Amino acid sequence: MGPPAKPEPAAAGAPVARDEHELIRAVPVRRPLRWLAGAAVLVLLANILYSVSTNARFEWSVVGDYLFSSAILEGLVLTLELTAIAMGLGIVLGIVLAVMRLSPNPLVSWCSSAYIWLFRGTPVLVQILFWSFIAAIYPTISLGIPFGGPDFLDGSANVIITPFVAAVLGLGLNEGAYMAEIVRAGILSVDEGQTDAASALGMRRLQTMRRIVLPQAMRVIVPPTGNETISMLKTTSLVSVIAISELLYSAQLIYAQNYKQIPLLITVSIWYLIATTVLSIGQYYIERHFGRGSSRELPPTPLQRLRSQLRIRP
Amino acid sequence: MSDVMVCAESVRKRFGLVEVLKGITLEVHTSEVMCLLGPSGSGKSTLLRCINHLEKIDSGRLWVDGELVGYRQQGDKIYELRDHEVARKRAEIGMVFQRFNLFAHMTVLQNVMEAPLLVKRLPKPEVREYALELLERVGLADRSSAYPSQLSGGQQQRVAIARALAMKPKLMLFDEPTSALDPELVGDVLDVMRGLAADGMTMIAVTHEIGFAREVGDTLVFMDDGAVVETGVPREVLLNPRHERTQAFLSKVL
Repeated sequence: MGPPAKPEPAAAGAPVARDEHELIRAVPVRRPLRWLAGAAVLVLLANILYSVSTNARFEWSVVGDYLFSSAILEGLVLTLELTAIAMGLGIVLGIVLAVMRLSPNPLVSWCSSAYIWLFRGTPVLVQILFWSFIAAIYPTISLGIPFGGPDFLDGSANVIITPFVAAVLGLGLNEGAYMAEIVRAGILSVDEGQTDAASALGMRRLQTMRRIVLPQAMRVIVPPTGNETISMLKTTSLVSVIAISELLYSAQLIYAQNYKQIPLLITVSIWYLIATTVLSIGQYYIERHFGRGSSRELPPTPLQRLRSQLRIRP
Repeated sequence: MSDVMVCAESVRKRFGLVEVLKGITLEVHTSEVMCLLGPSGSGKSTLLRCINHLEKIDSGRLWVDGELVGYRQQGDKIYELRDHEVARKRAEIGMVFQRFNLFAHMTVLQNVMEAPLLVKRLPKPEVREYALELLERVGLADRSSAYPSQLSGGQQQRVAIARALAMKPKLMLFDEPTSALDPELVGDVLDVMRGLAADGMTMIAVTHEIGFAREVGDTLVFMDDGAVVETGVPREVLLNPRHERTQAFLSKVL
C-alpha cells in the first residue's frame, strides 16, 4: 500500500471557511468513571457527617462547654510556650552543632556527631523521663570550676530541674540533634562558587556565612524547620507523662473527674489543629520571603491568588 | 610603587598526588593585559586562584604589587597571614568567574553594593551612586532591581564585572569569563573587558577567545601541563608559535 494521499483542499470538498484564530470547540470525551467515583466519595462523606452529627456520644455540647474553658486555654498557652522555648533551644543548638560538624577540627566535629547519635538514637519520651529523674543521678547541681574547684552556684536538682525545665531540656536537646542535620544540609546546599565570590571580594569568613551563605541556606532550612515546629507542637503532648498541665494533660485532669474522655479529646484536637494551621500559614510566608531570587517570579500570596481569580476576565 | 603588579617565581601547587603548577615564573606589569591560553587542565585557573590566595601555593614566591600573597616575610622566616589580612588583600583584587557566581538572593544593585558596604564600610549614598555608574558602564542600568536568575548569562557576567569593579581593584582576574555563554552573548562581555583594558586596568584573563587575546592582549602566555610553554606578544605567538605544543594547540583552536 502506498502512503496515504495528502488531502488536497480542492479534492476533499470545499473547505469550511475558517477564521485562523478560532478556538477549537471539541466534544469532550465522556468519563463516566469519574462521575461514579465522585458520587461514591460524596455518599461516604455524607455518611460520616451524618454519623458524627447524630451520634449523641460525641457530646458536642460538652466540646462547646470546654473549648474556651480557662483550664484548657491555660493548657494551650503552656503548650505554645513549650513549643516556642524547645524549638528556640533546638534551633540555636542545631546551628551550633551544624557549624561544629563542619569544623576542620576533627575532635569538635566528632563531638557533634556523637551528640546527634545519642539524642537521635533514643526515644524522646525516654529522654523526657530521664531529665525528670535526673535528681536520682545528680542530687545536687552546681556551677563552678571542675575537679574540686570552688562553686558559684549550688542547689538541689529537684529544685533546679522542675518538671517544666525537664520538659524543655528533653524536647529541646532532642530537637537540637534533628535541627543540626537540617542546618548542615542547608549550608552544604549553597554552591561553593558563592563562597569563592565572597572571598574574592574581600569578605571575611563570618561575613560570608552571615550575608551570603546562611540567607541562601535558609531556603533549604525553612521548610523542614516549619515541619519540625508543627511536629514539636504535637510532641509536647508527651510531657503529660511528667504531669505538666499542657493542653493534653489539662484535658486529662478534667476527664479524670467527669469521665467525658471523647469530647475533651476532641476539644484538645481542635486546638492542636487550629495551632498547626496558623503555623502552616506562617511557614508559607516565611518560605516566600527566603525564596527571593531562587525562582523568576515569587509565588502569589493566597490573598493575591484570590484576587486574581475574582478578577472579571474579558 | 613598582611597575610590576604580579610577579611569580617558580610557583608550585599540588592537589593530592597531582601537581597542577610545576614551577610558574612570570611577570605582569601595571596596565598590562595578559591572556593565559592553554588546554583544559593546564593549570591556568589554578594560577589565577593562587594570585588572590583562593588556593595556597606549596612552594615558590608570589607577589602582588610588591607584597607576598598570603604570607608575610620577616628576616628569613615566612608567617602565614591571618584571615582578615588575607581578606584585606583580596579586596584589592577583582575576580570574575566562569560561572558568574552572583549572589542569588540579592538584586543586581545589591550584588554590586554589598562588598563596598560590608568590607570597605563606605557610606551608602556614595556606594549606590558608584554602583549605578558601573551598571551604566556595563549597559545594565535598567536591570538594577532584577534578580540574577532573571538575567541572561551575558548580563549576569557583566554584573559580575561591575561587582568586582565596585571595590576599585588594582588588578582584575578573569577566569574564562565567556566560556559559559551562548556565542551571541560573548561579544557584550568582551566589549566591557576591552573598555577596561583601554582605561588602563591591569588584567589577567584565562580565555579561549583568540581574537580578544590578539586585539586586546599585551602578552600571551601559553600554558600546558602546569608549566609556561611560551610567552610573547599575542600576534607573534599566534602567527609563529615556536614550540610544537603551542603549534598543536593552535592548529586545533584556530
